[in-house]
Amino acid sequence: MLSDRFRAKNENSRKVFLVTFLPPTIWLILFLFAPVLIIVVYSFSQKVGLINIEVNWVMDNYWRAADPLYLKIFAKSFYIAGTTTFLCLVISFPVVLAITKIRQNWKLIILVLLMLPFWINLLIRTYALIAVLRTRGFLNSGFEWIAAHLGLRFEPVQFLYNDTAIIIGLVYIHLPFMILPIYAGLEGFDETLKQAAEDLGSSSMQVYRHIVFPLIRPSVFAGCMLVFIPALGSYLTPELLGGTDGQLIANVIERQFKHANDWPFGAALSMVLIYVTCGVIAVWLLVAKRKKS
Amino acid sequence: MQSVRNPDAGKVKLLLFGEFISAIKSSLRNPWLNISLLVTLLFLYTPIIVLIIFSFNDSRRNIVWKGFTLKYYKKMFSNEILLEAFLNSIVIALITTILSLVLGVLTAILLWRFQFPLKSLYQGMVMIPVIVPEICIGIAFLVFFNMIGWPSDLIWPLSLAKIIFAHSLFCFPFVAIVVRAKLVNLNWECEEAAKDLGANAWHVYRDIWLPHLKPSLIAGGLLAFTLSLDDFVITFFTSGPETITLPIKIYSMVRFSVTPEVNAASTVLIVVTILSVCTAIFLQKENLKKGSFE
Amino acid sequence: MSAPLISLQGLSKSFQGNDAVKFVDLTVDKGEFYGILGPSGCGKTTLLKMIAGLEEPSAGRVIIDGLDMSPVPANRRPVNTVFQSYAIFPHMSLEDNISYGLKLKGIGSGELKKRVLDMLDVVDLKGLERRWPDQLSGGQLQRVALARALIMQPKVVLLDEPLAALDAKLRETMKYELVKIQKEIGITFIMVTHDQQEALSMMDKIAVMNEGRIQQVDQPNLLYEKPKNLFVANFIGSANCLMGRVAKVEKGRTHVMLADLNQEIIAFSCENFKVSDRVQVIIRPEKLTFQDIELPSNHEKTINRVSGKLLEIIYHGGVSTFRVGFKNKNLKPLIVSQLNDDQQTKDGYRIGSHVEVCWRLDAATLVPVI
Repeated sequence: MLSDRFRAKNENSRKVFLVTFLPPTIWLILFLFAPVLIIVVYSFSQKVGLINIEVNWVMDNYWRAADPLYLKIFAKSFYIAGTTTFLCLVISFPVVLAITKIRQNWKLIILVLLMLPFWINLLIRTYALIAVLRTRGFLNSGFEWIAAHLGLRFEPVQFLYNDTAIIIGLVYIHLPFMILPIYAGLEGFDETLKQAAEDLGSSSMQVYRHIVFPLIRPSVFAGCMLVFIPALGSYLTPELLGGTDGQLIANVIERQFKHANDWPFGAALSMVLIYVTCGVIAVWLLVAKRKKS
Repeated sequence: MQSVRNPDAGKVKLLLFGEFISAIKSSLRNPWLNISLLVTLLFLYTPIIVLIIFSFNDSRRNIVWKGFTLKYYKKMFSNEILLEAFLNSIVIALITTILSLVLGVLTAILLWRFQFPLKSLYQGMVMIPVIVPEICIGIAFLVFFNMIGWPSDLIWPLSLAKIIFAHSLFCFPFVAIVVRAKLVNLNWECEEAAKDLGANAWHVYRDIWLPHLKPSLIAGGLLAFTLSLDDFVITFFTSGPETITLPIKIYSMVRFSVTPEVNAASTVLIVVTILSVCTAIFLQKENLKKGSFE
Repeated sequence: MSAPLISLQGLSKSFQGNDAVKFVDLTVDKGEFYGILGPSGCGKTTLLKMIAGLEEPSAGRVIIDGLDMSPVPANRRPVNTVFQSYAIFPHMSLEDNISYGLKLKGIGSGELKKRVLDMLDVVDLKGLERRWPDQLSGGQLQRVALARALIMQPKVVLLDEPLAALDAKLRETMKYELVKIQKEIGITFIMVTHDQQEALSMMDKIAVMNEGRIQQVDQPNLLYEKPKNLFVANFIGSANCLMGRVAKVEKGRTHVMLADLNQEIIAFSCENFKVSDRVQVIIRPEKLTFQDIELPSNHEKTINRVSGKLLEIIYHGGVSTFRVGFKNKNLKPLIVSQLNDDQQTKDGYRIGSHVEVCWRLDAATLVPVI
């Protein structure tokens, strides 16, 4: 059953297999499966009193999660993640096209510049955005300054603490995840294919529609997934940029654990979030597979 | 590379200037694309640059420039809680990096070298910590450590263990991906050649495998280091009240208000991150210079 | 006769039930340039790796200089290999690559330096010792691989398709270079190749392999002139093949009835055929001619002759090949190869015309059909 690409002596190969197999597997079992299993068990349990939890295999928590109140939050999470993905896509296309047309030595610099924010702490980037957008932030004072010079009166605008702020924050954080895969797909693109299409009479718009886009579709899909999945489960951005009603699903889950102290319900909500995430990925894989065949 | 070190630096500058001019010229040919690129870069960098600049601003109000000062840095370095948080973050990131490298390399070798039943399922399982939303992993750890009754009054380095376990869980799959990609283009015959020339198993690891994997180990290690240093959500749920990391500390400061102290702490974290990225790039370059090629 | 340097005894290897090498017996003498020739996938590389110790045989033994190598791992065998991909360590300079094996042996730096320089001289890479592998051409990499093996002063150097990765022109040069180096230093070479031209022009002795078995071991000229079976005949050069049955056997001559042509031909044969044995008559294209070979004075039959129709003429420059078909359309046409130096072949042949194809009695080889 076990086969070794080295075709080495059997007993030696078995030893190597165990040495490489056991540590990661034990790690996964201890720190992934055991905790997730507990969450699963909790999601079927009930809170008794203030701190006790009784495991009695009821579906109550899931029924509660299906309450319109929570369904609305799920829908909102989808809407915000979807809008974020769409905006990232719209911004990425011209940016990527611009990069591919840049000379080689500048290209690298631009790519590094686009990559660098990815390494910088998420929290700090969100905080930096707050400093720019808040009522007494740089954007408002900038407007104020312009208005003052034009002799107009300017009331500071509240950019923060609403859904738009969440979307701006999510786009700000996830943009590199969209740009880089699309760039990778387009960079390895065979220029002669474009030339062949033009040779056969396509206009440059048709070349993009018929030749370029279908061929880079997998990398576009990959980029969309890389933005959509983390945006769907994002916690920090809505927490800091969203308003009081600007909660996404992750924030609701957090409330159950840190404030409402209803662990079984929080467990059920996070299981639903896991299922939804896996479902989105499964749909993506299926679509990708069908496109291939 | 050589031309930069050319004594005739003026010429080089002139050449670069020419490059710059021609880049601008070519950008004028399709302006919309380049404007979009420029706007995107502005969007990405303005907040960060403003944040860094205003960490040196001699005013608490943080909007108007009142002059250069280092007082917030001085203040920060005398803030013991902040320093402790910083030390914690670095220690956690370093140990996480080592653990993730070990686990990641083992996983990479396992998936590259062996065929075993349900292998694709196993591959999927390794990726779960990356896919599942952070918040779910965070609460799973919260519940798990609570349930097994992990002691909360451990002495210092041990008190970080919970966070380190959690961090290496979501960091090691990244190392595995990077290392496996590199393993795939290892030339088998190099290993055989070494054996043929008298190398034993240890020599093969030292002389063939390690040099071949070195770039991916650096890249994977860097990823693990920065991911750990960055992480807020999972740490937020895993750590008890007794341990504070830099992101947690910054978060609690941010919740109150936008202050120059936060700017200063953030700038330090940004500098640490960028320095480690640069070190990794430098190490990779060094490796390239020694003739290792893809 | 002294004992052979290498002898393989019943060497076999199977991978998950598939036999790659089946009961190979071979002996290689000291100082020989020995070739193992066969199509890809015939098990020749596996055979080489078993000699090197990089692959463990399922059965059989490798004996080098009288010692059974079974318990000796690859890193202790007096054998070094030039790999197909050259396997030059990409992270070491040329010098470090070549001296790697000696360093592991613990040779001091003074002697190391001297031996590396000597070796660079042998393979004609002087002055490049500081280079990195990515700064070298394919031909140079090949020389490095050779130097790295030779510097170990092994009893045998194994070469796995060393010329396959080079372009045609370089291959031609390296061919003679390899032979020259081998003769100069006198180390035994065993080289695996799929290229018959390479094998014929370089090697002292060739073992032809197919499907894990040795088909024939001979000197290059005998391999070509006297193939032992149809596979060898077809693999080395091209060959015409006619099926028949032995009709009569007399003092070294065998009469063969070609049933398809309804005609009897005669061939010299040293093998003992019996009447009604099924045989294949194998004739090289250049041994066929359209001209009547001058008859000697005695009236004994000295040529065979078949008639057919000229189907095609292909001009190759120095030679032309002609395809001659038979009435029976199911038979494969004969290939006749003629030098283009005489007037007669230039003109006089028209496609579709009737021709007589002749060959001397000693030109054909008879091969039994198993």
